[in-house]
Amino acid sequence: MNAQPDIVVDTAAVAAATASKSLLRFITCGSVDDGKSTLLGRLLYDAGMLSDDQLDTLARESKRQRGDGSDVLDFSLLTDGLDAERQQGITIDVAYRYFHTARRSLIVADCPGHEQYTRNMATGASNAELAVVLVDARKGLLPQTRRHTYICGLLGIRHVVLAVNKMDLVDYDQATYETIATQYRQLAQDLGITDVHCLPVAALTGDNVGSRSPRMPWYQGESLLEVLETVDVATVHADDFRMPVQWVNRPDQSFRGYAGTISGGRVSRGDEIVVQPGVQRARIDRIVTADGDLDSAVEGQAVTLCFDREIDASRGDVIADALRPAPVADQFTCHLLWMGDTTLLPNRTYWMKIGTRTVNARVMSIKHKVDVNSQAKLAARHLDLNEVGYCTVGLDDAIAFEAYTANRTLGGFILIDRQSNATVACGMLDFALDRSSNVHWQHMDIDKSVRGSSKGQQPTCLWFTGLSGAGKSTIANLVERRLHVLGYHTYLLDGDNVRHGINKDLGFTPEARVENIRRVAEVAHLMVDAGLIVLVSVISPYQSERRSARELFDTGEFLEVFVDTTLAECEARDPKGLYQKARAGEIRNFTGIDSPYEKPEAPDIHLVTAGQRAEQLAEQVTQQLLARLNAPDVD
Amino acid sequence: MTIPAAPRTHLDDLEAESIHIFREVMASFQKPVMLYSIGKDSSVLLHLLRKAFYPGKSPIPLLHVDTTWKFREMIAFRNEVAAAGDVDVLVYTNQEGVRQGISPLTHGATVHTDVMKTQALKQALDKYGFDAAIGGARRDEEKSRAKERVFSFRNAQHRWDPKNQRPELWHTYNTHIRKGESVRVFPMSNWTEMDVWLYIQRENIPVVPLYFAKPRPIVERDGALIMVDDERFTLRDGETVQMREVRFRTLGCYPLTGAVESSATTLESIIEEMATSRSSERQGRVIDQDPTASMERKKQEGYF
Repeated sequence: MNAQPDIVVDTAAVAAATASKSLLRFITCGSVDDGKSTLLGRLLYDAGMLSDDQLDTLARESKRQRGDGSDVLDFSLLTDGLDAERQQGITIDVAYRYFHTARRSLIVADCPGHEQYTRNMATGASNAELAVVLVDARKGLLPQTRRHTYICGLLGIRHVVLAVNKMDLVDYDQATYETIATQYRQLAQDLGITDVHCLPVAALTGDNVGSRSPRMPWYQGESLLEVLETVDVATVHADDFRMPVQWVNRPDQSFRGYAGTISGGRVSRGDEIVVQPGVQRARIDRIVTADGDLDSAVEGQAVTLCFDREIDASRGDVIADALRPAPVADQFTCHLLWMGDTTLLPNRTYWMKIGTRTVNARVMSIKHKVDVNSQAKLAARHLDLNEVGYCTVGLDDAIAFEAYTANRTLGGFILIDRQSNATVACGMLDFALDRSSNVHWQHMDIDKSVRGSSKGQQPTCLWFTGLSGAGKSTIANLVERRLHVLGYHTYLLDGDNVRHGINKDLGFTPEARVENIRRVAEVAHLMVDAGLIVLVSVISPYQSERRSARELFDTGEFLEVFVDTTLAECEARDPKGLYQKARAGEIRNFTGIDSPYEKPEAPDIHLVTAGQRAEQLAEQVTQQLLARLNAPDVD
Repeated sequence: MTIPAAPRTHLDDLEAESIHIFREVMASFQKPVMLYSIGKDSSVLLHLLRKAFYPGKSPIPLLHVDTTWKFREMIAFRNEVAAAGDVDVLVYTNQEGVRQGISPLTHGATVHTDVMKTQALKQALDKYGFDAAIGGARRDEEKSRAKERVFSFRNAQHRWDPKNQRPELWHTYNTHIRKGESVRVFPMSNWTEMDVWLYIQRENIPVVPLYFAKPRPIVERDGALIMVDDERFTLRDGETVQMREVRFRTLGCYPLTGAVESSATTLESIIEEMATSRSSERQGRVIDQDPTASMERKKQEGYF
């Protein structure tokens, strides 16, 4: 092993102990084979960041892992964090490392290189300004080089350092290096990355890592550490002032301020702002921080803004320059990187968190999927873990946004599964769909309550869910007859019947089931709006879609009726002979057999059918409904 | 008074990031708490907490899990913080552990830490129903911390699953949990030990005097310099108490915390000593050297 360059390090370390220097966040891309962990370990070592006890541990671990008694330090062991990872000799997760030089404070996200790569790399890249891409000098550019560079570009990294590693194994040959560097510059340019530094290194021996190598005199450029210390990443910051409201600070009657982190541009006292997605305007009266009021503040600062007049602003709103406000829309195109273990289903509702706003969102269509290795566009009906798609998304409410390339905070979002709370995707907004801004709600003077009261009824949706053959349609039919006799205006939307008409283009795959329920729910919603009492009878196997259906309606307007019949009983009845066919494999995706039924957790009406006649069950539903219809109007 | 804009430094960036995280917790959780361990990281964390909610007082209370074995100077410092009156300070001790007479001297570091820290913390979180617990842990401290999220999910049993962490992109944190579940939040994830000291110096933040060198009564035990802080510490055969000039890089239970010999009596000299130091911060912690009780495993069991 090389001797630790003590004198150099001590001087540099003392100089590094200053409070006034800039911060650079970068990632490293490459697999263990490329020597990525070795390079990173070497970088920390050369920067003097490894303590004696860390070096002792490293020496001991290196010896144990190699088992040959040699003294060579295996720097890759430094970055493997979890016991689980060390046991398997792989890295599972992004690891963060920190080091200081005299000029900069550096944070590196080390992204592992196996199956989870795309997801982990996106995570690391999301906060990085620069990427170090590693290539093995013996192998040149590989498909993964292209993949890494594509993901860097997708996540908005504009600066790449190509480290051509293992130069010691190609006899420090200049021509080999030049060929690779030239090819890479072309590749990066094709993928939209304009700022590229290339350099030859040998991570194992530290050549051109911490200091310039005497073994490659033909290379006149800087060492990797020097590049990282000096590269100018003060790039295209979003010009226009934007700040998502994080929290409203109201300690007492005399103070009301909007706390948040500025995500673009600059704001000064006296500036006119607009609170988006609304149109209310005000001027900045104070820019408050614990260290005193500021005259102006810029991107990255966490401040509290006070206005010169009282207007409404709450968490999730965006405070923007009034003269150059952000676009507002509810439908977009975007790149979506799927990170969930369960598949993306178009039209399913997820939570989108963008800035400080959380809003219901659906992927309306997948225009194409992108092969991350070749960037070929492929047709796709759904997205699986680590797949990238170009999609359209629709939101329940309009938001203020920016293209991701202009503003990461207002253009980058995550999708959260509403059952599991898992983060299932990240997305980068591109632009708003025209139809989004051109379709407006037409105001109507006659509304639902007027239409309902002319019939003397409160419009309601009764949603019957349960397995095929559970008795949904039978019971719903009896309830409707009873309501009709009582003089109510009703309609029964039956799952089988709508599949002959409005939904005849849909099959029984998960994607089609999601869309089937969405359309049925929308039709039921229109009918309730028309003043009717609507009975819906559909299997509706997924909790998520039943929840989305409920959310179309006002509080109390939607009653979920769980027709709870055991699978064995349904199969024994088998009124349409479908279970027999499903068991024989003649029908695929049959609920309860090879497609799941997710039971309601808290139905409004729970009908346990065992030992009960349909008439009794229908009466139970009718009575509960009448109780609601006759209750005093609480809305 | 207004302040002109100055070029932003790495400390400015770290401070802004931490304040953002505090506010995100406040806006997203029902009942957050800040874990206060009285050390330098907690001092910085408290400073950031105050800044985040200025000019209001902190809406988030502090919780100190008291093992009854902290240095006396730490307890005095904590009482001063509580006396300032601008933040609420809760103190919790595992009384069952006290009844059993759990002690680091007789039961060893592992049992003591489990009963008086890990179990105590879980009891306190359950007792008050906190759904977000903010801590001062940093990723540069330890390997398993380097891979933990800023918003780190815990199931209803307070357990961490390192293999099933939520991807965390930008500063867009997923704060959704079910009833009974919770998160641990680490606003100082991206700070280093050096950043902490530089920031303490820049902001003039008070810290426990134990961080500064002074002659103290020391016993050398198992290679560590242990300060004899009260009469519960009994000497083994051949051990003697010597006055030695030492300071502490981290603070915890006094029988489990090793001092380092040092003459650094000012912030400037601490920072210079650190810049040229060849040993890491946690070296002084007896608790971290027990191989069967790695940080990763303790965290899975609910440790901070």
